Amino acid sequence: MITIIDYNAGNIRSVLRACAEVGVSAMTSSDPGVVAKAEKIIFPGVGAAPSAMEYLKKTGLDTAIKDAFMSSVPILGICLGAQIVLESSEEGSQQCLGLVPGKTVRFKLKDKLLKIPHMGWNEVKVVKSHALLDGIKSGDEFYFVHSYYPDPADRQNIYAMTDYGGDFCCALGYKNLFAVQFHPEKSGRLGLQMLERFTRWEGNNLTTQ
Amino acid sequence: MLSKRLVVCLDVRGGKLAKSIRFADTKDIGDPVARARQYYEDGADEIVFYDITASRENRDIMIEFVEKAASQIFIPFSVGGGIRSVEDATKLRNAGAEKVNVNTAAVLRKELITEIADAIGSQSTVLSMDIRRVSPTEKIPSGYEIVVNGGIAPMGIDALWWAKEGERLGAGELVVNSIDADGTRDNYEIKLTRMIAESVGIPVIASGGAGKPEHLYDVLTEGRADAALVASIVHYGEYTCRQLKEYLHGRGIKMRMNF
Repeated sequence: MITIIDYNAGNIRSVLRACAEVGVSAMTSSDPGVVAKAEKIIFPGVGAAPSAMEYLKKTGLDTAIKDAFMSSVPILGICLGAQIVLESSEEGSQQCLGLVPGKTVRFKLKDKLLKIPHMGWNEVKVVKSHALLDGIKSGDEFYFVHSYYPDPADRQNIYAMTDYGGDFCCALGYKNLFAVQFHPEKSGRLGLQMLERFTRWEGNNLTTQ
Repeated sequence: MLSKRLVVCLDVRGGKLAKSIRFADTKDIGDPVARARQYYEDGADEIVFYDITASRENRDIMIEFVEKAASQIFIPFSVGGGIRSVEDATKLRNAGAEKVNVNTAAVLRKELITEIADAIGSQSTVLSMDIRRVSPTEKIPSGYEIVVNGGIAPMGIDALWWAKEGERLGAGELVVNSIDADGTRDNYEIKLTRMIAESVGIPVIASGGAGKPEHLYDVLTEGRADAALVASIVHYGEYTCRQLKEYLHGRGIKMRMNF
């Protein structure tokens, strides 16, 4: 059973529906007690980092997520959930969860024709193999909508990149956490397959299948 | 680099599928969610549901409809038609629509765009514009005028000005719908699309007039559109989404091809 963390951050129901579509059993919860004991966690999110962090702190979900991470629960972060797992974000001055060393940064685009937010379908280029990226081929595209992206301190934690006025990290992995900047729940068949793979992932970084 | 998008538009009336020809003579052609699902599986990059009844009584039906669609379609979709308030927009967004299209109500009270963008984000706020060709005047220097109420009411507003104003007010995307081209299948209004796409910094979806794959190519290249909206050419089975995308991809346009 996957627990989708419900913290008022937008795309929770979309993720739940996507899980249902591929027969992945999932539930949503905003209860820190439930989250801390979850078998597997999806940490979704759309919206702004400051209000998300404020909400997580207020509800105690921040500690619950950290506890789950420390006890090796497999966690999949999506979009904002891939940003606030780092130590800080250029979106606001608050501390973030700090599960992964690094910070979230805003696009600094030289090309004036490129727009922020980066919105639409773009290629995910796998730079390091990971169980959750199995089967993704050159040219495969996923759906993005964001103005910030995760920038892990250690380049070893970057698993996939996307080019938008230069390559940025669109998938990071660190211990039992994997997090993607794109939206698997809105990325058609390829995105749904990633959710399926997550159910089989035990939280280690070995290629499965 | 972002791919260009193929957007399929489904006109919905009372939860049923309809397709308008020059905004008149609508006829039902089946269940829109099932159709949208078919397009999603066939490679459509985005779906637009346009509620052509748009009466107040229809709001709840539309919310139910969006929830049903959201459980079947795992690509972004937007909803338009009759959105008059932040509350309308928020409900549709919460029901599972990625984006909300405003049109007439924004023309009548432009602050609505900002209010919706503040509530659900610019990226989810689409300004849809129905536009017709007129003789340029002092008031309409571009020679393109905004019309509302399904294309019958001229508003005395310059379309180019309105596009830029919409962006300034917080719209994250524009739909440029040519009333002259709509339903003709004679090609998109390339000149209009290009004029607007070159004047704004947000994505432009070209709408109205698609009859052949070449038309999509034209509007995505010469017309500078970020996305091409199609309706009847896929609804009546002349082309599949896959065929259209393969054609465009074959001519060197970056499209999402593995779906």
